Amino acid sequence: MNEILKLLEEDSRYTAKEIAAMTGKDEEYVRDTVKRCEDEHIINGYTALIDWDRTSEEAVTAFIEVKITPQRDDGYDRIARRIYQYDEVESLYLMSGSFDFSVIVTGKSLREVSRFVSEKLAPIEGVISTATHFIMKRYKDKHRAFLVEPEQEERTLFI
Amino acid sequence: MMDYDRIMSRNVKTLQPSGIRKFFDILDTMKDAISLGIGEPDFVTPWHIREAGVYSLEQGFTKYTSNAGLIRLREAVSGYLKRRFDIGYDPADIFITVGGSEAIDLCVRALIDPGDEVIIPVPSFVCYGPLVTMANGVPVYVETKAENEFKLTAQELRAAITPKTKLLVLPYPNNPTGGIMERRDLEDIASVLEGTDIMVLSDEIYAELTYGQKHVSPCNIPALYDRTMLVNGFSKAYAMTGWRLGYVCGPRAIMKQMLKIHQYGIMSAPTTSQYAAIEALRNGDADIETMRESYNKRRRLLLKGLRDMGLECFEPRGAFYMFPRIGDFGLTSDEFCTRFLQEERVAIIPGTAFGQGGEGYTRICYASSVENIETALERLRAFLERLRS
Repeated sequence: MNEILKLLEEDSRYTAKEIAAMTGKDEEYVRDTVKRCEDEHIINGYTALIDWDRTSEEAVTAFIEVKITPQRDDGYDRIARRIYQYDEVESLYLMSGSFDFSVIVTGKSLREVSRFVSEKLAPIEGVISTATHFIMKRYKDKHRAFLVEPEQEERTLFI
Repeated sequence: MMDYDRIMSRNVKTLQPSGIRKFFDILDTMKDAISLGIGEPDFVTPWHIREAGVYSLEQGFTKYTSNAGLIRLREAVSGYLKRRFDIGYDPADIFITVGGSEAIDLCVRALIDPGDEVIIPVPSFVCYGPLVTMANGVPVYVETKAENEFKLTAQELRAAITPKTKLLVLPYPNNPTGGIMERRDLEDIASVLEGTDIMVLSDEIYAELTYGQKHVSPCNIPALYDRTMLVNGFSKAYAMTGWRLGYVCGPRAIMKQMLKIHQYGIMSAPTTSQYAAIEALRNGDADIETMRESYNKRRRLLLKGLRDMGLECFEPRGAFYMFPRIGDFGLTSDEFCTRFLQEERVAIIPGTAFGQGGEGYTRICYASSVENIETALERLRAFLERLRS
């Protein structure tokens, strides 16, 4: 199963047929495994890695450190839920160290993201403080570097 | 006017020029063409290895090294061979060369006198014969067979040996066939060579790229150890082709002679590359596994694709090439590959480029992206349909 997952993580467009050929399993097994992983939320979706900086789309991303007071009974999960339900939130992680949540937020402009932080995130009950860091340039995401390196010159080789 | 043709070495003039050059010339003029021709890893050298090279430059290590190479690198090679292949060589019996190619050249030149014969199994990498010719030796080609998994058999070897035989080249894991030699195959070779003075040049550049079983070197066969020159390098295992770094190990008396040729012709292997190579050997095992696993996926994909379209193909067990049979369409290998390139814009290499026995085959390199392999397979399917109709 993990072999199939690793391939999908590498390129989610691989077809069951291709994965079957690459892993030496049969196609039906691959299809069943993928279906089961989807059902069990091991696979949670398929998406594209887009460098929006190369488009005309205006977009900013911020990484926000959030300190909170954990709630009785629910611990961190309840506040987490109240944060991640917002569409603006791209990712949310509980962290070890000097703050609790790392929230990744995307918006159209600095103002939009700032407004989200001041009007939605900060007022949530239990949130003690926030520190917002705007991402200035995205070099690498999900193991893919976004800078395109120049090609080595054309070669004629006899090997 | 100078008559250059009269001036140039007759020996060099007899060498065949590159037989596949025309493919790359055609390829250059094509849009959206795919090359599964060049045999090299499609990975960039892992960053920690590149970084070690850069760091050596920052520190100002820009001078020659000892002729034999950095002692720390030779120690690392010694440790690596023991760790990965259970081969024992003292650092003093190892020296660093400009790629495996230089090491092969040195072995041949140090051993061959005019008229000495060198047995070369074919199909195989293209350099052995010309290097023997340039050393005034005589290449003796032995055709290996698909039905023997492209191994050199004891019988074939025995038939090729004459009183003039000086050296046997063992190019395994093999480019272009993907054949390997297993322990019992090497033991058979050992028994044929027993009692002779024939040396073995074992080109193990693909030793890290075997699928399903570990590489066995002639050095692992006690009866062969003393007669073996082991050649290996960093190009294929660590995706370091452009760094031009290899090494050779063998009996000290022969190494001493080889080192003389190296010191006069080369001086020392590139210093930056040597520092990078130390890092590769010390911390690169995981990179080897990752790349091998990636090649293996593509190997399975290509093999299945070729067999699904009815091509007979030996399952390669090493390197990153496939050598399917394409001899049943009324075309020579060269015609097949030329037409495939012109009509479907995919470059693959005719088997004949790798010597006798290559007619009827083509070499496809699967060190290319899954997407390229898929597209090449689609185009090959369309091409075969036309040939069959």
